[in-house]
Amino acid sequence: MSARIYYIARNTFREAVRDRVLYNLIAFALLLSGAAILVGEISIEIERLVVVDLGLSALTLFGVVIAIFIGIGLVSKEIEKRTLYTVLSRPVRRWEFIVGKFCGLAGTLIVNASCMAIGVFGALLYVGHKFGRPDAWIFVALYFIILEFLIICSLSLFFSSFSSPLLSAVFAFSLFVAGSFSADLRGFASLAHGVTRWFAMGAAYVIPNFSTLNVISNVAHQQPLGMHLVVQNTFYALFYTTAVMSGAVLIFERRNLK
Amino acid sequence: MTSRSVTTVVASACLVVSMTASVLLLHRIDRLHPRATLEDVLYVSSPKIVKRASLGFDGLMACIYWTRTVQYFGSRHMERAASFNELAPLLEITTALDPNLLPAYQFGASFLAPPPPNGAGDPERAVQLMKFGIAHNPDDWHLYYDLGFVYYMELKDYKDAAEAFERGSQLPDAHPFLKILAGRLAEQSGDFTTARMLWTATYESSHETNIRQNAREHLKDLKVDEDVTNLQAAVTRFGQRNGRLPASMEELAAAEHLPGVPVDPDGKPYKLDADGRVLVQNPDSFPFITQGFPPGYKAGPPKFQ
Repeated sequence: MSARIYYIARNTFREAVRDRVLYNLIAFALLLSGAAILVGEISIEIERLVVVDLGLSALTLFGVVIAIFIGIGLVSKEIEKRTLYTVLSRPVRRWEFIVGKFCGLAGTLIVNASCMAIGVFGALLYVGHKFGRPDAWIFVALYFIILEFLIICSLSLFFSSFSSPLLSAVFAFSLFVAGSFSADLRGFASLAHGVTRWFAMGAAYVIPNFSTLNVISNVAHQQPLGMHLVVQNTFYALFYTTAVMSGAVLIFERRNLK
Repeated sequence: MTSRSVTTVVASACLVVSMTASVLLLHRIDRLHPRATLEDVLYVSSPKIVKRASLGFDGLMACIYWTRTVQYFGSRHMERAASFNELAPLLEITTALDPNLLPAYQFGASFLAPPPPNGAGDPERAVQLMKFGIAHNPDDWHLYYDLGFVYYMELKDYKDAAEAFERGSQLPDAHPFLKILAGRLAEQSGDFTTARMLWTATYESSHETNIRQNAREHLKDLKVDEDVTNLQAAVTRFGQRNGRLPASMEELAAAEHLPGVPVDPDGKPYKLDADGRVLVQNPDSFPFITQGFPPGYKAGPPKFQ
């Protein structure tokens, strides 16, 4: 079982790496890190802040774009090229295919984020000439960004398991935007009354909470993050990803592929 | 059981358990750092930057920032906070994103200008906010009223207050009380009647719960201030007539031919201390009163529901 998932994941990773769009995005992210240095040069006293804010924000946005645009095509492309039938005619279960695809995409994004992170740290060294102890918190922010990518990957795959690529992209991106404002949605729910309150509260808890995973501003200001937050965010992302992947498996398992 | 059925059962169980666990965890995370949102908001405190960063979705962003402003003020009030440092930037960002968002200006007039713990204690920025609002909504009389209100109540600048009311009264659909207020301020300033008119106008012209309740509290407390002033004058009159202070409120009421012992808006009788001072029984119920409390009493922040 694990070998089959591994092979599907490896092929997904290789396919993604071969994708020119992926390389272009990495190059662009590095270019943006260069821009961070430039902005840092012309900013007074906030060079480090600009580099961390701009670098990690760019890293997040590029990762999300990659996760959505590759994730939405993972199933549909296989059906379109009819390679899915070849895979499923072998002793590969449908859920293994979905989980393998997820692992491959997640691996791609982790490698991608690592490359971009090297760029961010390089830029930081350039403007600060040395690393300080508070810079270690950037690793926590990076870790949270990767958790964010896992959720986005699962959502892209979920929508991809039953919808067209275009609609999947729209759904996934909408959820990303809504999830980024989920704290506001909960605030709105606390101000509302009656049915509206319950509806808003329910929606706020069901949509992914990306705002709690976004600690870029905190680490840019060298504010320490509690260990509780790291542990709870980790479990939150893992549980949410598992729930969405379970949904994707349930749908794909029953989907008519003829 | 077929392989497909097993997968369905396992995946369904995973879905339910994981979703429940994620909701519970999110609830815990919220309790871990409940104020993070508002702190994050103000890492960018420049209205211009926020407006540019909104990529044209100014209206939506204004709604979000307006919600955050109300949340911020509400939560700080609940905590009985002594400062509201983020209120001014939040209101400035909100109105920069949507200069036509009129409730934000009214909120600013009511809660940005008064000193802590009733507000942010920043009347100058409140005036700037009102002027910004008037520049973008020159035909709305409410903004002239709000500007005059801040000048009158917080800055005690009766000349500018009268001018603001006068300018507002000249608008085609202005409420008639603006003309009356402008006239009254030209004649006399700082009296109970004018203050009562202002708070009544605020109460009647606003739909926002916090603002209406704040106005209601002020009207109630204004009544106490007026009662205490009148009763204190009665005590002085009694002393001049009888060469001594009244022994009790009952004696004072009888001497002034009052129908009974005067009571405060909560129905509790006013007290008279040994030095002839008129006092309310429970000053905590009247957070905005300026007289009628025992010497050395320190008022707590008002309690909004």
